Amino acid sequence: MNNTTEIFVNGLWRDNPVFRQILGLCITLAITNRVVNGVTMGVAVFFVLVASSFIVSVIGEYVPRRVRIPVYMLIIATFVTLVYMFLRAYFTGLSQALGAYVGLIITNCIILGRLESFSSENGPWESVVDAAGISAGFAAALIAMSVVRELLGFGTLFGINVLGSGWTPWVSMILAPGGFLVLGLLVWIERSISPVEEG
Amino acid sequence: MELFFIFVAIVLTQNFVLHYFLGICPFLGVSDEMEAAFGMGIATTFVMTLTAIITWNINNFILEGFGVEFLEYVSFILVIASLVQLVEMFLKKYVPELYQTLGIYLPLITTNCAVMGLALFMVLRDYNFVQSAIFGFGAGVGFTLALIIMAGIRSELMEDAIPEPFRGTGITLLTAGLLALAFMGFSGLVPV
Repeated sequence: MNNTTEIFVNGLWRDNPVFRQILGLCITLAITNRVVNGVTMGVAVFFVLVASSFIVSVIGEYVPRRVRIPVYMLIIATFVTLVYMFLRAYFTGLSQALGAYVGLIITNCIILGRLESFSSENGPWESVVDAAGISAGFAAALIAMSVVRELLGFGTLFGINVLGSGWTPWVSMILAPGGFLVLGLLVWIERSISPVEEG
Repeated sequence: MELFFIFVAIVLTQNFVLHYFLGICPFLGVSDEMEAAFGMGIATTFVMTLTAIITWNINNFILEGFGVEFLEYVSFILVIASLVQLVEMFLKKYVPELYQTLGIYLPLITTNCAVMGLALFMVLRDYNFVQSAIFGFGAGVGFTLALIIMAGIRSELMEDAIPEPFRGTGITLLTAGLLALAFMGFSGLVPV
């Protein structure tokens, strides 16, 4: 396995931002009651993280250490604004469903954490690969969550009826408690497959 | 009466943590100890109330005044980051006792999505000035309440034998789920 694949796989599974590092949960819990929302948010975060890590890896060494956090925040906020405008222009319904949570990508700790710990110290190529891996891991977690919740909560996937009309929807799955419960169970499954090494 | 409903709604029925999933990181991270949870809650309530007041003015007089609403995200995050810094400097100089207590929690508030979420929700809901201030304060109180309840439950949980893969995050999330279910019981309190 060469270096590039390793960085990517690391982000996707071994350092999975949601299940392993327990970061970015606000978005993970809030918008995963439909698969469409999960996919959209996954793509949006992918774009913001890859684009801002590229910028940070290029300009990182010219930014004075004391002001780096506000500078990173501004870079992230700029890309999030682009995503928001794009969604509002071409996918109005989705943009309304996601509401304020698109803006909350800015305060998603995954992004700032990656910029601070990886992109500021590595070259553009590695940073982009790392960002792609991490956001793929994030998207995978969002999709896993939203498949479970939409299936049980509405009996549908992507809005298409899967479980038939005899299915009684579990309303609590699409409301707040369902988010916490499903994520708790998924973390449990993930930890059972690959236990955390005691350090 | 309407202001009272806004307050009750944001503290109980639409609690920021348990209904909107905002501020989950500190909720899971800091809620180990009662005192830390309380300190974090007070510091956040303080910043949230100020954020509500300041971002309302910025949104109404600057962003809408000049028709530059697309700068919303950029300007809000700048306001929050500098506000936290300002509060930190002010407390350090004039109220050192409080600074000692809150010190380590203050910088964390910038990346607390509850604060940013507050500003964005306020704009989406078109609140007026007084409503925004109440909303900000109530959101902080609700956040503190959730944090303290969680800290209490977790201090009990530490004594129990929990299956290995559930330790830490897993059990905390399940507890939060049950707590959210319990909070749904408040939903009839406020006329929608």
